[in-house]
Amino acid sequence: MTQLALVIDLNVCVGCHACVTSCKQWNTSGSAGPLADTEPYGADPSGAFFNRVQTFEVGEYPNTQTVHFPKSCLHCEDPPCVPVCPTGASYKRAEDGIVLVDYDRCIGCKYCSWACPYGAREVDPERKVMTKCTLCVDRVYDQRLPVAERKPACVLACPTSARLFGDIHDPDSGVSQAIRDHAGYALMPEWGTHPSNHYLPRRKTPVRIHADELTRVDNPLRIDRQLPKPPKSDPSLDDVMSW
Amino acid sequence: MRPDPSVLLLTTLIGAGQGLFLAIFTAQAYALFDLLPAQDGHRFHAHGSLIALALCAAGLAASFFHLGRPARAWRAAARWRTSWLSREVIALPAFMAVVLLYGVAQVLDWRPTLATLPSGPVIDATFALGVAGTLLAFTLTVCTAMIYACLPFLREWASPLTPVNFILMGGASGFTLAAAFSLAAAPALVRFYAGWALILTLAAAAGRIASLMRNARLRPRSTIQTAIGIKHPRIVQKSMGFTGASFNTREFFHRRAPAFLRHVRTLFVGAAFAAPAALLAGYAFGGLPGVALPWAFAIQFAGLLAERWYFFAEANHPQNLYYGVIA
Repeated sequence: MTQLALVIDLNVCVGCHACVTSCKQWNTSGSAGPLADTEPYGADPSGAFFNRVQTFEVGEYPNTQTVHFPKSCLHCEDPPCVPVCPTGASYKRAEDGIVLVDYDRCIGCKYCSWACPYGAREVDPERKVMTKCTLCVDRVYDQRLPVAERKPACVLACPTSARLFGDIHDPDSGVSQAIRDHAGYALMPEWGTHPSNHYLPRRKTPVRIHADELTRVDNPLRIDRQLPKPPKSDPSLDDVMSW
Repeated sequence: MRPDPSVLLLTTLIGAGQGLFLAIFTAQAYALFDLLPAQDGHRFHAHGSLIALALCAAGLAASFFHLGRPARAWRAAARWRTSWLSREVIALPAFMAVVLLYGVAQVLDWRPTLATLPSGPVIDATFALGVAGTLLAFTLTVCTAMIYACLPFLREWASPLTPVNFILMGGASGFTLAAAFSLAAAPALVRFYAGWALILTLAAAAGRIASLMRNARLRPRSTIQTAIGIKHPRIVQKSMGFTGASFNTREFFHRRAPAFLRHVRTLFVGAAFAAPAALLAGYAFGGLPGVALPWAFAIQFAGLLAERWYFFAEANHPQNLYYGVIA
């Protein structure tokens, strides 16, 4: 079984929203119709997006971390939004596990959005149907694209490679390795939805400096016994640094 | 959750419609065993089921305003195997059709005998239709309530009290309406209906207050820590990712102050349960004039609208954790 998914590395996400804008650009230009906005330049702009980046502050000043948190549909392995759909417009593909909405069968009852604990579904304000992340299903299988570009638009746009795309059921895939090696986790595990998208946590980058590393033992000045530092009045190579 | 007027009207109107049909048929069932005087089929049973049908039709019409694409509503019958909403979409027209047939059979006095009970009572076609309507009325209420009760993370709804309360509140408003209706159509039944309306109103009050107490004690299972997967006691959202509004900021927030919610709660406990119960008891035991009964129904229905508003507003969707800056 294949389960395509995104793995999002919170350790390197810088919150630039490039994934948001590239997602919107791709999905508003596609064959499925525009992803509409209302009053985009008015006083109260609104619109449907498949992907949002939110920012959280963790901790108490001064020990705080700013966490940028991209969220789109998690393509749950047991999606609660699918069985509640009265028309069958919301479905999970057996071949790759992508959860999709058939826009031609959706009646816009919004019940699936109630059934999603993650708030991943948004009604298109013009088409009046439920929309959600498609994992760029119209890109990832497009034979006309170079193989390297058969990825979701957000993954290609990410400048820090915080977004990985692949099959989490394949133990040798890059996403599975990333989940294993970097303690990838799922959101709200308490509801048993088994989200396919995973998040990689923040990692500390420890710098261990031992006392003997503060002074270069092989420093030529030290060898020449010119340490400690000569006075500023001494001549130097650049007239700024004394050594 | 944001209370949508179309859903408030749908659930309260069909609740009253089902309750009224149950009341109308209860009289026929009692009359079969000579526990109540038999009523004129045309004047009482047909007109009563016509009112029940009109209430359900009004609720059905209101429900279309909830849909983004009402022209496709017929598709909603497709997934009855998994979706309670789909089951409701089937059960509501089925119930309305049976109520219509029941009313037509009563008007035409179409009573072919289907069976005779050993003790003598004759089961005719109207009785069989009434039994079918009764079963469908309960089916429909359970489907309607399970739409809400089946969502595990909306914990205020995910309780057996939800279907029980929908049945009791629909029944209470239907029997109160039946009491008011029988003032004109069947004066012999007014006390019977007023008594049952009082019992159902008190039972509904008990059920709803039990669910209020349950919901007041609920501890959220999802927190901001599980929502973004970071184990730290202090996490504050600084940006929800956009400055305008979105579907998520509209659909799941009622945008009312806690004090407003408390006032609505007081209002609906008073209007849906206490006031109609007092009027019904006053009529049944205290000699209030019959005009109290239409008033009891009007007040109770308005109270149930407030109750349904509160039902939605008190439900706290876990997606709101992702919108802490506006919550």
